[in-house]
Amino acid sequence: MQFMILLNESSAELAKRSDPQQAPVYWGGWNAFIGAMTQAGIIVKGDGLEDPSLAATLRIRGGKRSVQDGPYADTKEALGGYFVIEVPDLDAALEWAAKAPCVHDGSVEVRPVLRMPAPPA
Amino acid sequence: MSPLSGSAMARHAVEAAWTSYGRLLAILASRTSDIAAAEDALSEAFATALKTWPERGVPDNPAAWLLTAARRNVLHRLRHQEVQRGAVDALLLRVDERSDPEGWSTLDERLALLFVCAHPAIDEGIRTPLMLQTVLGLDAQRIGSAFLVAPATMGQRLVRAKAKIKADGLRFEVPDASELAVRLEDVLRSVYVAYGAGWDDLDDGRGLSEEALFLGRTLLTLLPEEPEVKGLLALMLFCEARRGARLDAQGRFVPLAEQDPGRWSSPLIIEAEVLLSEAARALRFGRFQCEAAIQSVHAQRGITGVTQHHALRTLYDLLLIHVPSMGVAVARAAALLEAGDLQGGQHALDALTAEDAHRYQPYWVTRARLYELRGAPSEQRAALRRALGLTEDPAVRSFLTDKLLALGPEA
Repeated sequence: MQFMILLNESSAELAKRSDPQQAPVYWGGWNAFIGAMTQAGIIVKGDGLEDPSLAATLRIRGGKRSVQDGPYADTKEALGGYFVIEVPDLDAALEWAAKAPCVHDGSVEVRPVLRMPAPPA
Repeated sequence: MSPLSGSAMARHAVEAAWTSYGRLLAILASRTSDIAAAEDALSEAFATALKTWPERGVPDNPAAWLLTAARRNVLHRLRHQEVQRGAVDALLLRVDERSDPEGWSTLDERLALLFVCAHPAIDEGIRTPLMLQTVLGLDAQRIGSAFLVAPATMGQRLVRAKAKIKADGLRFEVPDASELAVRLEDVLRSVYVAYGAGWDDLDDGRGLSEEALFLGRTLLTLLPEEPEVKGLLALMLFCEARRGARLDAQGRFVPLAEQDPGRWSSPLIIEAEVLLSEAARALRFGRFQCEAAIQSVHAQRGITGVTQHHALRTLYDLLLIHVPSMGVAVARAAALLEAGDLQGGQHALDALTAEDAHRYQPYWVTRARLYELRGAPSEQRAALRRALGLTEDPAVRSFLTDKLLALGPEA
């Protein structure tokens, strides 16, 4: 089964990316986590995401466009990256999610990937 | 007395009665094999208590009151079902009403409940959760969190396990002497799994480990002659004695070999030592006595100042015969390394080629130690990195990160 793991990082965690003191530990942790998943051969795809301040959110309401700086909601946690993994079940996906560096200060959401029913012939 | 303080008192009494949950459930379920129905009846009884005790006062014997109320609920349901089997059960329950919840048969029934939870027909992965729910009354959310399972999934699995007990008509009984040893090991293993699941609960101090210790003590009351019961309790107490010393003042992980024995709890160690030597007198050695003996060797460093690595090595050889698992094989390899047998340690690690071993964090920590002792920094770095990627505990994570940083940049 495929699951998407959504890696929500706290703003304190995200700030470590550009802090010369903390960056080596920050990236070291992520490299190790991604390395372990790679070695296990479970990654289908995945990416890290740039800082949420670089995001723009678009809505069209009643034909009127509205573009807003930043992510959808201004919360303490923001999406920092995602992976789609191939594992037997939700238990196994949760087990990997527990090893993500952001789980202690942020959170990890685990969602089954929707399998579209085959189109009618 | 104001109605408010009366209701506060009643609520307190209901909470206090919750400690009897496992006992009451055991009595109710042992007759019908239907744990789910017994749970419903008991929850209803608790709900009724919350409603009526504030008005009519707390009964003299709250446990007996709850049992009677729950029995009435069960009977009520059985009458509704009007099945033949139900009629038989109803008769049995009526006979039961005369027995006292404080009586000796209760102990036996609670033990029977533990045995049915760890029955060979029940899937091994659900045995411990089932025990935690039926004997201690923990909810699926809490159990699911401890075992890293979504609460909804855990809830379904518990329901399925209970349905199986009912459908297969598994008997609530303590196996006879010939079968006891085998079945007891299943029960003990499930309790130990609960202890392990609570090992990382550092914050509230009332984690699953404490519940597991409670189960261990209960088992000892129920089966005072069984050496393996003493062995398990001793093992858990040895680990518990070192709980506080696992982290330093800054919250960083401290490996066992570097722990300050002054921070170990002597009363717990003494209790464990006494249990272990009592167990030995039965002359029936087993897996839990063996594991406790290993912990005892570590604890002796607190007195002698040295670790007897060769004793550890012998004990791990023995343990591997009792428990041929990957965890024990890796722990044995680590013991060989610390005893100075690098060749033997490497050989033991190389023998583990299963894919599982490569996803097993302690395997990589032990590999890293091997390379450290061999003076091979780049292999050590790679192994530490693999271990780091497989680590959940934040304290262990920063311990490994520090080790990696201390190694310096890649050559």
